[in-house]
Amino acid sequence: MSDLTELALANLHLELGARMVPFAGYNMPVQYPMGVMGEHQHTRTKAGLFDVSHMGQVLLQPKGSIEDTARAFEALMPVDVLGLAEGRQRYGLLTNDAGGILDDLMFANRGDHFYVVVNAGCKADDIAHMQAHLSATCDVVPVTDRALLALQGPAAEAALSAIVDVSGMRFMDSVNMASDYGDLWISRSGYTGEDGFEISVANTQAEAFARALLSAEDVAPIGLGARDALRLEAGLCLYGHDITQETSPIEAGLTWAIQKARRSGGDRAGGFPGAKRILQELTQGPARKRVGLRPEGRAPMREGTALFAGDTPIGTVTSGGFGPTVGAPIAMGYVDAAYAEPNTQITGEVRGKRLPLTVSPMPFIQQTYKR
Amino acid sequence: MKYTEDHEWLRIEDDLIVVGITEHAATQLGDIVFVELPEIETQTAKGDEVVVIESVKAASDILAPIDGEIVEVNEALTDNPALVNEDPTGEAWFFKLKVDDTSVVNDFMDEDEYKALID
Repeated sequence: MSDLTELALANLHLELGARMVPFAGYNMPVQYPMGVMGEHQHTRTKAGLFDVSHMGQVLLQPKGSIEDTARAFEALMPVDVLGLAEGRQRYGLLTNDAGGILDDLMFANRGDHFYVVVNAGCKADDIAHMQAHLSATCDVVPVTDRALLALQGPAAEAALSAIVDVSGMRFMDSVNMASDYGDLWISRSGYTGEDGFEISVANTQAEAFARALLSAEDVAPIGLGARDALRLEAGLCLYGHDITQETSPIEAGLTWAIQKARRSGGDRAGGFPGAKRILQELTQGPARKRVGLRPEGRAPMREGTALFAGDTPIGTVTSGGFGPTVGAPIAMGYVDAAYAEPNTQITGEVRGKRLPLTVSPMPFIQQTYKR
Repeated sequence: MKYTEDHEWLRIEDDLIVVGITEHAATQLGDIVFVELPEIETQTAKGDEVVVIESVKAASDILAPIDGEIVEVNEALTDNPALVNEDPTGEAWFFKLKVDDTSVVNDFMDEDEYKALID
């Protein structure tokens, strides 16, 4: 009856009392008995373990040199791939010819190949897209026999170091480490604004590995509900909501993800899908911008809330809710560039009423990455 | 105490009907972060959306279980929405209705019937 894919950790989630929901074709834990608020605070103060095995893990295995693969990959993204050092990870964006975003992803240089992690909802399209454009230089190999876990929060390093020593890793390092649970592919990164790790582990070892992490006093399992609130507080985009095929990286405020080498005047300027629009917006500024928003009062402003300056429609909320650490409603959305300056007062329409909100810098919380 | 199929509870107090949501509903909704109460002296009809309640996950409406006039609302919930999770059937009542005949509550489920519904 159900077409949902079950996670390698499905039994563990049920044992932990998870409430499961369908998400991107997977049966995913949305929350545990601790509840979204408690799980959120636990991640910020101790450490949370997230099962993100729905995400797509892909290897780019060069047929020739890794430089050739890097150059080919650069033709799909406005990002410096060639300049990424071995053992390092970087944020990337697949763009379309109109300058919109097909997906956002993480990619790591693993010496003789690239390791790529893409969004669950996009992975089939991403893999087809990469296979169509990269097959001359590399094999695009989906990894289907490994789970992906994220361990996030101030206690993450200590908890993971009980299994493998990760104390020497910096933010965005990406390494392979042998462990009692087989080879672990570890990056020091995440989607919460906290220091933490994302760990790929063989499906056959995933449950034992997860149990070992959960045996640490400070580690609790965290569901998708808290994950969404954590990333919103951290100002991080959710694909399909805050960034889409219609939004450009510049509109989305992801200019930092476009390194100098790919910008006008750079060594390898342009040469990626949508370069014309993206490079033009980079110099002239976009017509609209993604901004942080702080509703006054307590009413959350959710995705789809229309935004106004006076009676003029100026944009829409793309993600919104309550920020447990902020202790107030928070949101992000797109507004006409004229209204994108922090502290600009605008309104949002909630249940027929125009309520005030303030354009705000993001992140809404202090990030604690180990740089 | 009586119960509706929409997971509200009703109890008679000083000739008024006090309305709140059940523990089951509060648990299902998750952590409540916002409550918008109706104006007092509002005439409501059964099925009207009278209260907006938002959890960390989503917004929901609370419907008027019967026709009546809203004569009192629980302002404490505006400042402390979490009270709905802490004490849904006690401190966290939402509003009080003045009705012609309080015996209408007898049309609703008793505790055993409600328990059978949610099990």
